[in-house]
Amino acid sequence: MGDLGLFFAILGAALAALVAGAGSARGVGMAGQAAAGVVTDQPDMFGRVLILQLLPGTQGIYGLLIAFVAMNNLGIIGGTPANISLLKGLAYLGACLPMAIVGYISAINQAKAAVASIALVSKRPDQFGKSMLFPAMVETYAIFALLISILAISGVGAIQ
Amino acid sequence: MPEQYIYAVARVRGKELKLLSAPVMDSLVAAPGTQEALRILADHGWGNGEEAGIDEMLAEEREKTWAFISELVPDMSVFDVFLYANDYHNLKAAVKETAMMETRDSVFIGRSQTTVDADLIRNAVRDHDFSALPEEMAQVAREALDVLLHTGDGQLSDIMIDRAALVRILEAGKKSDNEILQMYGELTVACADIKAAIRASLMKKDRAFLDKALAPCDSLDIADLAQAAADSTDAVYEYLGRTRYSDAVSELRKSPSAFERWCDNLMIEKIRPEIHHPFTIGPLAAYILARENEIKCVRMILSGKINDLSVESIRERVRETYV
Repeated sequence: MGDLGLFFAILGAALAALVAGAGSARGVGMAGQAAAGVVTDQPDMFGRVLILQLLPGTQGIYGLLIAFVAMNNLGIIGGTPANISLLKGLAYLGACLPMAIVGYISAINQAKAAVASIALVSKRPDQFGKSMLFPAMVETYAIFALLISILAISGVGAIQ
Repeated sequence: MPEQYIYAVARVRGKELKLLSAPVMDSLVAAPGTQEALRILADHGWGNGEEAGIDEMLAEEREKTWAFISELVPDMSVFDVFLYANDYHNLKAAVKETAMMETRDSVFIGRSQTTVDADLIRNAVRDHDFSALPEEMAQVAREALDVLLHTGDGQLSDIMIDRAALVRILEAGKKSDNEILQMYGELTVACADIKAAIRASLMKKDRAFLDKALAPCDSLDIADLAQAAADSTDAVYEYLGRTRYSDAVSELRKSPSAFERWCDNLMIEKIRPEIHHPFTIGPLAAYILARENEIKCVRMILSGKINDLSVESIRERVRETYV
């Protein structure tokens, strides 16, 4: 049963990196298309639209962080995997899910806001500061998920 | 798929900045003469920097629009709804050319703005072999040519082709899954029907003629409109007053050109929300319509300048702008 516990714990870590990362990859790709469209006719916009394009990329980083913390707790990074119970393994899986699910959804929605903001900047370059705020608002929820996942992993780690 | 048009819409957003705004249209209207108006247009990137006639410049602007859109959209057939009117214009010209046994190259619209090559239509009509034409076009081509050859009634031949064009536009709009294209199809047919009904009522045409001229659409009851037009012009106004086109009645009472302006402004009003949509094909369709509207306005202003019309008179004809 110890192996099964470890399996679920690693599954949680993998999902956090995989699902949030997939959302970011798709989101950055969407924003990248819009950025390329703007730069085609307005090359001087490159710096501004690049920043907006990168915003949906943070969820992938958060997912990676959660996966790293979880695997560190599990002793996988040190090369000595812990022998954990099935319940604890499932608890690790549950702890990683907020980051995985919210990471994916927030990355896609942040990308949509970023695409709209890129269109705004292409027409009103002086509104760059405000245009950053719209997609940045979505980031709040990715950060909430990151916090909960970190707290939950820490809590699960303390379970005997 | 929401990602499909992101790049294209972003490119269109950049191009929208170069559309002529209302203040620029005002300055064109207020320009003291044609040369000054042309200079303003050149400052906004119109023409290719060389001396060219007005018709050539406007044709080039239209070419620029289609060349730009074809860069962005892999399958241009989504915009066929905008080009069917040109196909059927070419068909009318080909039918007349064959019936009159004369050649009139200049009236045909070029390949980039049609879905069927003009030469293909001309050859099909001349040889009476319609098999190379799309099915929807072949039938009306055969019938319109027969009518013109056997009765010499050019008006009947024209209305048959016009009606077929409208039916095709409406169908293409409905088949698309985009609101703007659907709206374009519906509004184009409804406005054409209203214009035809008014013209027929003024010419005292009978119900049989109207049934041949009017194309069905969802926003008008064609049977009621045809009957009203057969009765009187006032009956048409009364019928329209009960439809969503009730605002058009006051414009129709003024003049046909006032009604056309109302239709164009309504189209611009309907497409304007596309300025804020980042993901669909709608902004591309709206850009094409905005450019067509712009070219129409510039043609009107320049011909007003050439004919020494007053600024007020030209301003009355100018349409609303998209940006």
